[in-house]
Amino acid sequence: MTTELFTGAEMVVKALSALEVKYIFGYPGGSVLDLYDAIFQQDEVEHILVRHEQAATHMADGYTRATGKVGVVLATSGPGATNCVTGIATAYMDSIPMVVLAGQVPTTLIGNDAFQETDIVGCTRPITKHSFNCRDLADIPNVIAKAFYIASTGRPGPVVVEIPKDLMLPQNKAPFGIETDVRMRSYNPNVKGHTKQIRKAVKTINEAKRLVVYSGGGIVLSDASELLTELVETLKAPITNTLMGLGGISGTHENFVGMLGMHGSFEANKAMANADVILALGARFDDRVTNNVEKFCPNATIIHVDIDPTSISKTINAHVPVVGLVDVVMQQILDELAATNFTPDEEALIDWWQQIHLWRDMRHVGYKQVEGEKIKPQRVVEAMYKITKGEAYVASDVGQHQMFAAQYYPFAKPRQWINSGGAGTMGFGLPAAMGVKLAFPDKHVICITGDGSIQMNIQELSTCMQYNLSVVIVALNNRSLGMVRQWQDMVYGGRHSSSYMESLPEFTKLAEAYGHIGIKIDTLDELDSKLEHAFSIKNKLVFVDVLVDEKEHVYPMHIRQGGIDDMWVEKGVKA
Amino acid sequence: MRHILSILLENEPGALSRIVGLFSQRAFNIESLTVAPTNDQTLSRITIATIGDDKVLEQIVKQVNKLVDVIKITDLTERNHVERELLLVKVAAINDKSRTEVKRISDIFRGAIVDIGKQIYTIELTGSSDKLNAFIETLNNETEIIESVRSGCVGIARGEKALRV
Repeated sequence: MTTELFTGAEMVVKALSALEVKYIFGYPGGSVLDLYDAIFQQDEVEHILVRHEQAATHMADGYTRATGKVGVVLATSGPGATNCVTGIATAYMDSIPMVVLAGQVPTTLIGNDAFQETDIVGCTRPITKHSFNCRDLADIPNVIAKAFYIASTGRPGPVVVEIPKDLMLPQNKAPFGIETDVRMRSYNPNVKGHTKQIRKAVKTINEAKRLVVYSGGGIVLSDASELLTELVETLKAPITNTLMGLGGISGTHENFVGMLGMHGSFEANKAMANADVILALGARFDDRVTNNVEKFCPNATIIHVDIDPTSISKTINAHVPVVGLVDVVMQQILDELAATNFTPDEEALIDWWQQIHLWRDMRHVGYKQVEGEKIKPQRVVEAMYKITKGEAYVASDVGQHQMFAAQYYPFAKPRQWINSGGAGTMGFGLPAAMGVKLAFPDKHVICITGDGSIQMNIQELSTCMQYNLSVVIVALNNRSLGMVRQWQDMVYGGRHSSSYMESLPEFTKLAEAYGHIGIKIDTLDELDSKLEHAFSIKNKLVFVDVLVDEKEHVYPMHIRQGGIDDMWVEKGVKA
Repeated sequence: MRHILSILLENEPGALSRIVGLFSQRAFNIESLTVAPTNDQTLSRITIATIGDDKVLEQIVKQVNKLVDVIKITDLTERNHVERELLLVKVAAINDKSRTEVKRISDIFRGAIVDIGKQIYTIELTGSSDKLNAFIETLNNETEIIESVRSGCVGIARGEKALRV
């Protein structure tokens, strides 16, 4: 019997298929033509052709955030690969598992400044979890399996695999073998929390009078939302979420005090500042959460649970560090609570919750929508929430609209809220929404965006047409770069340097030119009905261009260099 | 404070650049860095001398450990260890007086003259970084240093403690 031989290109496809990959997002070019030829000749893995490689990475990313499956990107060497850089950085900052397959010039030409040669592994080294240069044809399947394993375990992240063209040529063949049960002596991420630390954590929780649970993206990534809810209900404690952690517990849960941080709720930031114990679960004390670290929650004992030891005590010192997968550690904490017959200190809880309710009543800034005046952006988000019954997937771009969505669309479930939190990548929203829609064609998928962000990947309207991705794009159009403008209003004496867009296209016509439906809304009285109409349209992409009040600011907002609870609560008013 | 970090990692292409990249990306200090394969050719060992307070050191150790290629890292300065650096220095030895003086200083420091030119001595010296500094300073007072090269320090823990797979 002779062993069947395969080309490198065939091996890539076979490896992806063995790893149960359904979609790859990419764009062809010289160095990967053999791979595209192999893709053409099979039907296990479907290729989605985008219009720009950056969008391929965001689309894979959105697909991953919604499904939990590793996203796969394919780009050619040189500019194809460098166009992926922003998308890789976006995934890296939010710990999203992604494998980027990048073509490379033939091995013999590497280092010669060949046509479309870029050292993509070098370019992406600081923004990847790991990367591989394939140098041997027979290695390709196992390198890809390793890439998947590294991307999806421990603290997830993007992995780049560079494959030179000569490894994929039809005349070079080798037998196919893949080991999907990967073991590496240099990489063994922790799983369980240290028992001693768990006991310490539970002891600290037991002694708390004003406990706050602060949870982040780790809960979403590890699908630990039910455990989190159980833990919070056992502790009867208030819980706040980071921007990345929204949906980790239902946004309407009675213990939920809202998002914290720069644009967090008044009561969430107040609760943090006044807590005596903070239980941080899969969150990393980002600077957009802490404000000035010197003034951060001075009276709190901090229990920090994270899979990544480098996140612990990086910015804020943890008194009780616990390294492990957040779902496993939460179960350990629950078990230890049960073993020690934990009963919440009811007396302390009554006082603590009274205080929190007081803050909740004090804060109410919100926004004021006056009939006959310009539409407030917050009002649009609330309308979307009502129409979609809070069940839509919401993929956001970056800016004011992102914060309004985070504040006014309480997410019931994890993975419903898809946004670029760490990197803050404008242009993320549309391709990410497309990735979600591909995974869930029957669900409402909203791309909430602005007139600035949408233009950073607007070419993807064409991809939407090709694959019939009927996303509802809602652009909160304020004819400005809203968040930039807000900072200029607040910090730069109202000098709107380059934050004003004077020659916007007619977005509805642009959508129509791509074959979609465009709906324009510029008065309040037509907002609800037109939005409802937009969401009733099936199997067609709808671009809803809502003209909103350009003067609106996002509040609350941290006062720079202050503590976590030093906030502007409305224009000119400090908390 | 100065720390000597010993790192055991996979001998793979790109592994070293990940370490170096990490230090520059996160603004950590590198005073010296040496690298070579170990007796097991699949492994490399890196010694890095760095400066930082406890908080910075904790981050350096954790960040290095997080790299996929890294198997182990240890801070040698935390315990008893042996630390050595190699120096090769080329000095002017133009007359009897300077030749005698250079030879005398080398002997005192237990250096060895490894090459002699018409008017040049090349000396090899091994020791702690402090000793090498002192040697260079002494030579500098006696004659002209033409060029010098240092290996950067390497270190190993005393006793049974070992960095191995």
